[in-house]
Amino acid sequence: MSVQTIKFYQTGSFVVGNRLLEPGQRSVQSDPERSNALTSGHRACQGCGEALGARYAIDAAMRATAGNMIAVNATGCLEVFSTMSPETSWQIPWVHSLFGNAASVATGVAAALKAKGRTDIRVVAQGGDGGTVDIGFGCLSGMFERDDDVLYICYDNQGYMNTGVQRSSATPPAARTATTDVVGPEPGNVFGQGKSGPLIAMAHGIKYVATATVADLRDLEYKVERAMSFRGARYIHILVPCPLGWGSASRDTIQMARLAKETGIFPVFEAEGGQVVNVAKIRSKVPVEAYLSKQRRYAHLFGRSPRPDVVAHLQEMADDNIRKFGLVDNVAEEAY
Amino acid sequence: MDTPLETPFAITLHTGTSLDNKTGSWRTERPIYVDRMPPCNQACPAGENIQQWLYHAEEGKYEQAWRQLMQDNPLPAVMGRICYHPCETECNRGQLDDSVGINSVERFLGDQAIKHGWGIPVTTSASGKRVLVVGSGPSGLSAAYHLACLGHSVTIREAGSMAGGMMRFGIPQYRLPRHVLDAEIHRIVDMGVKLELNTKVSEIPQTMKADGFDAVFLAVGAQIGKRAFIPAGDSANILDAVALLHSMEGEEPPQLGRRVAVYGGGNTAMDAARTARRLGATEAVVVYRRTRERMPAHDVEVEEALEEGVKMKWLSTITEASGDKLRIEKMELDATGFPQPTGEFEELAADSLILALGQDVDFSLLEGIDDLVIENGSVRVGPNMMASGTGVFAGGDMAPGERTATVAVGHGKKAAKCIDAWLRGVEVEAAPKHDVADFSMLNTWYYCDAPKTVRPQLDMVRRQSTFDEVVGGLDESNALFEARRCMSCGNCFECDNCYGVCPDNAVIKLGPGKRFAFDYDYCKGCGICAQECPAAAIMMVPETI
Repeated sequence: MSVQTIKFYQTGSFVVGNRLLEPGQRSVQSDPERSNALTSGHRACQGCGEALGARYAIDAAMRATAGNMIAVNATGCLEVFSTMSPETSWQIPWVHSLFGNAASVATGVAAALKAKGRTDIRVVAQGGDGGTVDIGFGCLSGMFERDDDVLYICYDNQGYMNTGVQRSSATPPAARTATTDVVGPEPGNVFGQGKSGPLIAMAHGIKYVATATVADLRDLEYKVERAMSFRGARYIHILVPCPLGWGSASRDTIQMARLAKETGIFPVFEAEGGQVVNVAKIRSKVPVEAYLSKQRRYAHLFGRSPRPDVVAHLQEMADDNIRKFGLVDNVAEEAY
Repeated sequence: MDTPLETPFAITLHTGTSLDNKTGSWRTERPIYVDRMPPCNQACPAGENIQQWLYHAEEGKYEQAWRQLMQDNPLPAVMGRICYHPCETECNRGQLDDSVGINSVERFLGDQAIKHGWGIPVTTSASGKRVLVVGSGPSGLSAAYHLACLGHSVTIREAGSMAGGMMRFGIPQYRLPRHVLDAEIHRIVDMGVKLELNTKVSEIPQTMKADGFDAVFLAVGAQIGKRAFIPAGDSANILDAVALLHSMEGEEPPQLGRRVAVYGGGNTAMDAARTARRLGATEAVVVYRRTRERMPAHDVEVEEALEEGVKMKWLSTITEASGDKLRIEKMELDATGFPQPTGEFEELAADSLILALGQDVDFSLLEGIDDLVIENGSVRVGPNMMASGTGVFAGGDMAPGERTATVAVGHGKKAAKCIDAWLRGVEVEAAPKHDVADFSMLNTWYYCDAPKTVRPQLDMVRRQSTFDEVVGGLDESNALFEARRCMSCGNCFECDNCYGVCPDNAVIKLGPGKRFAFDYDYCKGCGICAQECPAAAIMMVPETI
């Protein structure tokens, strides 16, 4: 197990805290004194998964570094909603330059700190999927291959959301965006395109790569902490549902992330030196419909002229993930 | 020196912080914390706040849990053994894996109290009012306890030589060891309740006047076994179940013989049959005119009786008893579910026949009370349990309602509150009823699966605890585990989820035991907190403009 499992205390490992736990067993987010790196008053939409994911991740990084850290931000929702001039929501030193160069700026910050002999201060770069796997990809790959001492966190909401929901290379097949309209025989985003940020990061052979979701806080916090225990290039890819772009209810943000994991659509794992070392097993497997049908970006697969063939294709992809990553424990499955 | 978190190495942008932007103005719905009625609490005839005492037990605070329990029920060690626990039937966890073993935790708490000698201090100042309780069964004891807590001077008059009523003379020892009953009665007596045994009350108005009682609570139960007309020969050995069970307390038990038939389908029939087995009957047959589904006996009792070798004869009536055999007529259910004779007869060998056809109330003591009405075999009581305007209240088996010990305890509590209000000349304030926390409202993702190694263990303990007193109930680790299976339906148990999942940091953690509050300056009303609350303790309500 990658995360400390809380034994049967009414709710175990799944909730944020629990009054029955010893302080040492509690999550960063359950602490009344948590840093709230991204504080209130930001302009993220109701139920924003990215605002949540960013606070989870940066608060955990702040605990791991005792607050000695600096964050570099790519352009994107996170940057726009958190730093509407002249206000900022960040409670940490924070740098923003361009859309595509966050990884390079972070490299520069790390180099400057090294030159000044302040390697006690750690550098985190962060951006959305557009700034990471599309526009900033060259810079990111360079940061990886040079093994610069930066943790890069990608908050993946599967599209360019604050500019009006356009497709990115992280947008899943069949999803409707402003640029992948629901027309023709293959409505929505086409199959066979796009790329996986984490798998490409692993191919660089960097020390640590992990995926996480906002639905499993303890797993996410553990991974950030683990990442901060390494020096060199590290990458964490966090799935952050977007009520606006996905057409899901704002209250369902965490539920969407949970279903993405439980269906096998989004595999949650960690890798060291290019090898997968841990996967988060599916707790109770659900068919992809449970996930898709709650999002308006997939509404064309259901309703009056449903597309069971497309749903089946997406199910195949999820099942493929389950096989490839070993997301279902066969022994456990038989026991239930 | 300040901690590093408070003074980052570089700068914080204090001027121009986004805290100036009150995003609460975006909201169309606001979350509010609510306390809903857990189904267990709703189902409890004694009105226990089960969720709340389990909450304390979850923390290992057993005494606090017991004191919470005692606010509603003064007999936890007894009820932890004999209650039919409708709470467990309604428990939401039953829809997830298996109901919480509320009854076994109750018993554990009750036993802890006896073991440690916990008592209930009377903190209310004396009212100067005197209340007479007639009968020392569950409703009488419950009323006496609650009245004593409310500061009244209480006297219980019991016709029998020992207190406890049907708990002593109706419930067999294998279900309720007498030292447990004695301990819980003593605790009530220790609170200053006067217990007068061998004192039959016959004339209520005169007794009240002569002995200066301001109010009286009648709780004499239903002790007269119903008879059925069965033509019987001289040699037939027929007795009623109430008398049989009563005789098990110190008297010489009757000679039942080897083959015993019990006529009736209620819990008393089961108790009589099981008692007959224990008295040496090799065959104990329950004869009942309808089917098992229509039996009034609780399923647990029927199951246990069957497992102990008691046999059942459904759809049968006894038409004649003689010497060592019974004539039985077969029945069939008509369209309305009522049994009709078929004209087919058979014989059943039986050395004795025990009648367990229900019990009647002895109304003889009620004579002389104005405006008291008896209907359908019960004393008519108002919504405040009052049977007569002269300060006479009634409860337990005498009053309408299901005749179980737990219902009786509930009657006693309710009557005590109403008597108190009546004596003080005030109205009882009905507490507002909360909506029930339905299973579909819960977010059960968050509740752990009970580890496989522990669940069978618990099952075993639960089974033993209801079977055989020698084996005992839960131990501390089991009890703690069982308590922690509670999902706290409808009530915050401080899991920190709302505090963690808010994308806007708009939930304020108030500290242990104080729960949480919303910061409506920043809450955008997304509803994630309500959706992710495991216990359905947050509700979204529309904003008013």
